[in-house]
Amino acid sequence: MISFFYILIFPGFLFLSVFGLAAEFVDRKLYARLQNRVGPPWFQPLADFIKLSAKEEIIPEEANPSMFKIMPVLAITATITAFFYIPLWSIKPLFAFSGDLIVVLYLLTIPTLTFFLGGWYSTSLYSKIGAVRALTQLFAYEVPLLMSILAPALLANSWSLSEISLFYSRHPLLWLFNLLGFAISMISLLGKLEKVPFDIPEAETEIVAGTFTEYSGKLLGLFRLGIDIEAIVGASLMAAVYLPFGLSLPTVLGFFLFVTKVMAIICVLSVLRTIFARLRIDQMVDFCWKCLAPLAFIQLFIDLIFKGIVLR
Amino acid sequence: MQAVEEIASVDVPKRALYIRTLVGELERIHSHLLWLGVAGHEVGFDTLLMYTWRDREVVMDILAMLTGNRVNYGINMVGGVRRDVTPEQAKDILKAMDTLEERTKYYIQIATQETTLIQRLSGVGLLSHKDALNLGAVGPTARASSVDRDVRRDDPYAAYADIKFKVITDNHNDVYGRTLVRVGELLESYNIIRQVLKDLPDGPLMVKVPRKIPAGEAVSRYEAPRGEDMHYVKANGTDKPERVKVRAPTLANIQTVAKMLEDRQLADLPIVIAAIDPCFSCTDRLTGIRHEGSRKKNVLKWEELRSYSIKYYQEHGIDFTELNRKAARLLK
Repeated sequence: MISFFYILIFPGFLFLSVFGLAAEFVDRKLYARLQNRVGPPWFQPLADFIKLSAKEEIIPEEANPSMFKIMPVLAITATITAFFYIPLWSIKPLFAFSGDLIVVLYLLTIPTLTFFLGGWYSTSLYSKIGAVRALTQLFAYEVPLLMSILAPALLANSWSLSEISLFYSRHPLLWLFNLLGFAISMISLLGKLEKVPFDIPEAETEIVAGTFTEYSGKLLGLFRLGIDIEAIVGASLMAAVYLPFGLSLPTVLGFFLFVTKVMAIICVLSVLRTIFARLRIDQMVDFCWKCLAPLAFIQLFIDLIFKGIVLR
Repeated sequence: MQAVEEIASVDVPKRALYIRTLVGELERIHSHLLWLGVAGHEVGFDTLLMYTWRDREVVMDILAMLTGNRVNYGINMVGGVRRDVTPEQAKDILKAMDTLEERTKYYIQIATQETTLIQRLSGVGLLSHKDALNLGAVGPTARASSVDRDVRRDDPYAAYADIKFKVITDNHNDVYGRTLVRVGELLESYNIIRQVLKDLPDGPLMVKVPRKIPAGEAVSRYEAPRGEDMHYVKANGTDKPERVKVRAPTLANIQTVAKMLEDRQLADLPIVIAAIDPCFSCTDRLTGIRHEGSRKKNVLKWEELRSYSIKYYQEHGIDFTELNRKAARLLK
């Protein structure tokens, strides 16, 4: 019974959906205000979701119906599963084992894979281009993201998220050494969430909506909900790895601190997407491999040297 | 209008010419600001779109105040202009020019410093000086390939002969160059408007022109925001023209797009097409097919076209006759 509660209500599907929609509202409102627009009312993301759920689903004749339908569900499932392993407001996450950091990172690549497969199985030209771009982009941002997230783990000497949190709560100021990695993974997270300047797979002026061109109705609603949840899970992972302070507060305070951290990260992401133009896919790959990956290496070196000299 | 005036050899009052210049430059400002926003949107920089379109409202409000309309001003009449500029309006315009100049300088700063924007614009849509000449490019598209050509200076109309201004050219040959030319022209337009309002001569707004224009023909050139606009008018002594032919700037520029797109990526397609500031309806042309040996042209009348389309859809399995009958019954 209790596992059903975990999965469906808290901290599972229902909580994540509400939180995700709230984060989408904050993102859209902030984006609009920065662009001198009024922006949507607070219930707009929910209203969009309800409206999409009520609409007809159109599946292209050429598409493979089962693959086409299963992809949005898979995207949501993977992100929710990843969430269970992230420590939120205390040191212990819901489930934990040694090496769960890697599992979380890999679960977070599944949504991108579903974008690829969903787009590919829609068989429309726009979707296919979007799908291939999504995959190309994955190869570009994934390495810097992995390396920069592994740096704090290296410092803590563990692949387990709960042990990393434990380490940083014992050495409260050490997270300051990972700020470079934080910046790198924020930029990579923009790529993962397909937001400007890395919204190349769904560039609306070039390929309509990319992967999602053929999606409509409930399926599109689920995909969009999946992206919202992915944003929350990604931001929580960032908060857990890079901002591991205040984890021993009482539950209510700790919960508010966690929400604040995640919302702050979401806000930074929307500011970033306000101030850039969309890159081309070749420029994006160049940037990730020539700038982000070396910087991630520097972050790894900083942690290695620090660990070898100071923590011995 | 200018062509008709030329045929009827009307002397348009000076004040009317100055007001025409004023409205023409205001139109250029609104068009270039609009283009800047569209270009931003095409490369995924929506913030630029929102900012420029907000500032464009300033000039739209001025145009509405001057002419009563936001888009189709209808200020020009054969023989003069329809409305006057009062001193209070002139003061408002000058104030708006200061605001817009400040904003435009900010956009120049963005266009020349924002890395992602420069990366998307520079080196994209290359059109060499030679190609620009060969393909007959006009307007900012040509001027960004260092073709120093501007009807306002080369063949002055309205009040441009009395006004000092620079023709902006650029040697980047790419979309980045076209952006620089357009924002540069914005600054020039503000100066032109200031001069026009300073030197606005007194006098009547219109002279009376007879309804029947004497027979004759004329070509008029006009530097529209997108480039040189050409009108040919032939009059036959009645109140209706015998022939009017318009060559809008997009028709001259659209040929260059194919050249600019050679060896480029799909992602560059929208911005390269948008960079000539296209108006596709301006490129609509009718092709008449004449069968060999016969002098009769094959032209479909409206009714023939309609029955042809109904037949075409029926052949492809789409039949609206039942629906039409139902709709007719409902309308009753």
